[in-house]
Amino acid sequence: MTATLLDARPPAHDLDLREAATSRGRRLRDKAATGLMVVAFLVAFLPLLFILWTVVSKGISVIRADWFTKPIPDVGSFANAGNAEAFGIDPSNVAVAKPVYGMQPAIVGTIIVTGVAALLAIPLGIMGAIYLNEYGKRGRFARTLRFFTDVMTGVPSIVMGIFLYTAFVVPQGTSGRSAIAGALALACLMLPIVVRTSEEMLKLVPNDLREASAALGTRTWRTTVGVVLPAALPGVTSGCMLAVARAAGETAPILLTVGSTRFTNWSLGGVNTSLSREIYSNATQPGGEALAWGAALTLIAIVLVMTVLARFVTSKFAIRQT
Amino acid sequence: MSTIEVGGNSPRSPLLGGQGDAADRWFKAVTVGAGAIVLLILVGIIVSTTSKAWPVFTKEGLGYFTGRTFDPGKQSYGILAYVYGTILVSAIAIAIAVPVSLGIALFMTEVAPRRARSAITSVIDLLASVPSVVFGLWGLLVLAPKLNDLFANVHDAVASVPVLKNIFGPSGGGRSFMTAGMIVALMITPIITSITREVFLTVPRNDKDGALALGATRWEMIRSVVLPHSNGGLVGAVMLGLGRAMGETIAIALLVGANPQIVGNLFAAGETMPSLIVRNLPESSGDYQAALIGLGVVLFAITIGVNVVARVLVSRIDGRIKGAAA
Repeated sequence: MTATLLDARPPAHDLDLREAATSRGRRLRDKAATGLMVVAFLVAFLPLLFILWTVVSKGISVIRADWFTKPIPDVGSFANAGNAEAFGIDPSNVAVAKPVYGMQPAIVGTIIVTGVAALLAIPLGIMGAIYLNEYGKRGRFARTLRFFTDVMTGVPSIVMGIFLYTAFVVPQGTSGRSAIAGALALACLMLPIVVRTSEEMLKLVPNDLREASAALGTRTWRTTVGVVLPAALPGVTSGCMLAVARAAGETAPILLTVGSTRFTNWSLGGVNTSLSREIYSNATQPGGEALAWGAALTLIAIVLVMTVLARFVTSKFAIRQT
Repeated sequence: MSTIEVGGNSPRSPLLGGQGDAADRWFKAVTVGAGAIVLLILVGIIVSTTSKAWPVFTKEGLGYFTGRTFDPGKQSYGILAYVYGTILVSAIAIAIAVPVSLGIALFMTEVAPRRARSAITSVIDLLASVPSVVFGLWGLLVLAPKLNDLFANVHDAVASVPVLKNIFGPSGGGRSFMTAGMIVALMITPIITSITREVFLTVPRNDKDGALALGATRWEMIRSVVLPHSNGGLVGAVMLGLGRAMGETIAIALLVGANPQIVGNLFAAGETMPSLIVRNLPESSGDYQAALIGLGVVLFAITIGVNVVARVLVSRIDGRIKGAAA
């Protein structure tokens, strides 16, 4: 019986398993699909390279020591110097002939607005995450909260800007525009992101640690503060840094809430400015392009340093997802 | 024999309750409060913006959504042209970004060698970290002038084809629906790619190996196993990208051309809801301000709707991701 079954099997040499045995059309389609995937990657990668290269090459020329210490120049006066020539007037007789490129007000503004937003959103966000992961878990309120937090991460930043504009800026009249208004808008944007990334990090802390701590008779809050949080800290830190990096580049809410100025303002009150705002307003202004590229390079440098640091913290210290 | 101290600073057993209980309750209350702030912000947005926009909603009625004139001089506010611009720009962005993101995600999960994968992930993360205003600046000063020539050539090439000559009409100077859509596509590619990748990673190894063992080529395996398995999650990923595209403000404000019109020509200038708001809200007052805030309410409602659907679809996949990890 066994013999007949074996005989019924086709002889081994009839089974051609070489790649060449696959029909030409099928092989071509496979190669074409792989080729298209590479093309898709290049479609995203080449513009990125082009953008970074343009920003660095155009931005580097204006960044000198003055850039970090001087107020933002009046771009209108550059244009006047240019027009003077057209009208046959010697440009050197016009007030500002050689511009001093400064960006200190925007650098200070970006740091103040983003920093205060981080101080507001990060502690609240981590507390919210602790509720979701350590207390609420799969309960009804926690599930609702988790869902709406996810949905909130998709709310456009302009909507947060409108919210703070109507609820905070307009009621205060002319003095409403300030760094604190911008910081509140960015904090509202960051909060849901901080909550969800921190929760993911708390989730990675092994339950054994919580049980070991509980077995010593420790209460949940002490276990959380003394055991769970320290274990999750590197991951939480890097998640928060990414949220801050994203907030630093936000423009729409800043345009609605912070106002504008050409002079450095270290206080939370009064109009302020930011790098993103200066990029936006100078991009469309004749003569402002150099300032816009310089501000773009400064902003990208800040964002990239934070992003790279966050990745470094994750790869060195964080609990790995298995 | 050593003594075992139970309950930290409390000498009594935790099972019997005591001082520590109060501390625990307080701590929990604080964390609940912190979490609830997210919901408060959501309610705050709805209440404050809707109440400010209410006068215009009641005055214009349904005409607010169907009218084409948005002019404080004529005291007439209809948002149709802006809704059209938002939908058209997002549609272009999605049409470009979805195939690109799918391609990158498939490349990452099925084709690239392990070492290349982390490099590709870094590139996508880098793309995600570029601020939208920088995309706008580059698009405006570098890309738009080049695209103007390209658009003109494309229009000439299809000038005798009936429908195409209207869709790819005369170029209006490089700032257009198409320019904005292309840049937004670049901006939403990272989010669609990363979620699509997660979804592809949930496809069971056995199914894939089975297809390959039956003699399928890699592409046949992807078509017959990976894509069908990922359907719901992919729709969710696309919806999340759509939500981002519709809310994108600054890059579009720089690139779309600030000319509200309802035309089929993709190369013509247009205007979207967010870009009009950011341009005009700071200097507005009275009914005009209310009408602009009303646009924000409409935008908020649309993006919340899109995000709710997306989250429901992605969270179904989420369960599977966890199942696979366990």
